[in-house]
Amino acid sequence: MKARELSVREELLKGLWRENPVLVQVLGMCPSLAVTNTAPNALAMGVATFFVLVGSSFLVSSLRKVIPKPVRISTYIVIIATFVTIADLLLQAFVPDIHKELGAFISLIVVNCVILGRQEAFASRHGIRLAVADAVGMGAGFTFALFLLGATREILGNGTLFGVSLFGPNFEPWVVMILPPGGFLMLGAILLVFGAWKARAAARAKAAAAEPLRKAAA
Amino acid sequence: MSTGSSVIVPGPTREPGSLKLVATLVVAGVLSGAGLVATYDATLPIVQANQARALREAVFLVVPGSTKLEPFAWQGDRLVAAAEPGTNASGAPPAEVFAARDDAGTLLGYAIPADGAGFQDTIRLLVGYEPAGRRIVGVKVLESRETPGLGDKIAKDAQFAANFEALAIDPEVVLVKRGEKTAPNQVDAITGATISSRAVVKILDAVARTWASRLESAS
Amino acid sequence: MSGHLLWIFLGAMVVNNFTLSYFLGLCPFFGVSGRLDTAFRLGLANIFVLVITSACAWALDRFILPYAPYLKLISFILVIASVVQFVEMAIKKLSPALFRALGIFLPLITTNCAILGLALFQTNRGYGFLEGIVFAIGAGAGLTLALVLMAGIRVEVELSDVPAAARGTAIQLLIAGILSLAFMGFAGLLGAG
Repeated sequence: MKARELSVREELLKGLWRENPVLVQVLGMCPSLAVTNTAPNALAMGVATFFVLVGSSFLVSSLRKVIPKPVRISTYIVIIATFVTIADLLLQAFVPDIHKELGAFISLIVVNCVILGRQEAFASRHGIRLAVADAVGMGAGFTFALFLLGATREILGNGTLFGVSLFGPNFEPWVVMILPPGGFLMLGAILLVFGAWKARAAARAKAAAAEPLRKAAA
Repeated sequence: MSTGSSVIVPGPTREPGSLKLVATLVVAGVLSGAGLVATYDATLPIVQANQARALREAVFLVVPGSTKLEPFAWQGDRLVAAAEPGTNASGAPPAEVFAARDDAGTLLGYAIPADGAGFQDTIRLLVGYEPAGRRIVGVKVLESRETPGLGDKIAKDAQFAANFEALAIDPEVVLVKRGEKTAPNQVDAITGATISSRAVVKILDAVARTWASRLESAS
Repeated sequence: MSGHLLWIFLGAMVVNNFTLSYFLGLCPFFGVSGRLDTAFRLGLANIFVLVITSACAWALDRFILPYAPYLKLISFILVIASVVQFVEMAIKKLSPALFRALGIFLPLITTNCAILGLALFQTNRGYGFLEGIVFAIGAGAGLTLALVLMAGIRVEVELSDVPAAARGTAIQLLIAGILSLAFMGFAGLLGAG
């Protein structure tokens, strides 16, 4: 059985786009929707999750030969919860305003399926370099998706980006976008656009594959 | 595409003993605890300093002219010294009001935290109260989840805030339509955010009813 | 006092519905099938776990956490995992029929962010014991409501012609958005009036 050569670069990039945890795998939605009402909140949540993901993957991968299988999930959860608590304490100390906005959702990172999922599916089965690359890719992809959501919601719902007014005082903001329904609707809209794009790409690929057959039949 | 000619023979699987399982979890727990304690101890002073600073800023805002604050609680029938929020001063009760004094030490008023039901969720206020004139001298919205652009104006609208610079509490605090304020105990509502405005007035009235008589006897 | 409790209950159930306002419990919400009775039973199981968790969280917060506040998250997770395990064993013993009906749902409740979310919200707001229980019942009722609504709508969706691009999670999110919008009408229910 030949082992597939996994490259660090491949692992890094797959989380960003092809297997983006939010946009493609549609995981980790709980925090995604709740704290993406503004761009800074979304970014902070993304960075916190990134920190937890990379830290946990590093530890899980380093200790993968030592952790017995029956208790592996419990151990992963202890590791993840520790990193989440540390992230929470650091945020509270250094950016108290953002910490207040994110509130309990920072602690809820621990039940974000993306993190436990990556430990179980990848970090526990691969070496440190690959595991960290995977975590960095997924974390970056997650942060990107959150930022996309937060920025669009803030621009449409408040007329600002990072608090900087973009359209001047006469802009009538689409307030629902920064309210809970806006989270659902915006993510749904983004997935819709992605879905249409993928359907188009698939149709084109099918047509391209059928070309040589048509030519041969002609 | 297999290149191996070696055959993998599965050896006898050894189930890890329960001692090893428990030991793993215990070690994980201890290491986790150590990491948490270290981070907590390192960040605690910063967090407490932030909270103390935010409290001072809020108190000095709602009782204009004050530069010193002192925490108190109401026990039985008098004010007793309370613990500064965020500290675990043993024995001292948690702070319920803050006496605000100026540089000379003169008591200017009290800052009273209070909350009540708003339109969307609970609203938390810090109310500056002056016992001498039986009036409210400042209000700061600490926490609110009101509708952005409408209800959240209770925190942002300067005209609404102006209501609270010299608000009489007798006979009670009353809400009136914007522009119809004639008496010192009335509050101009925010157009389009009547319920949020009324929520604020209800909280102020409750504060007045609870603390006016208490603080009078204390001064 | 009763007005305050009513505000907590209705607030958790409809005004700030756990799923449609706080985005908690989305995994079961989007995974629910079109079967109303299943959705309802899952909701009830959630209420049960929520109430027990609320009591445990209150006890932890009152007696143990003041000495070690940084252990909050870890202790809550351990408690939740244990509660679900315990509830599963208890149901299996007491009512095998119910256990068969609920089956797979029970372990899934552990990872339901709504349970942990409840414990965190409750302690952050400093709710007492009774307030916490009422909060848990309200939250659970709200979750059940959202699940049942979604299950009912799901049936219609499956019978409708959804465009290819929207099929799957996209259409569910849009539906959830409209539900969330509808629930915003509950704001000001008890209000300050």
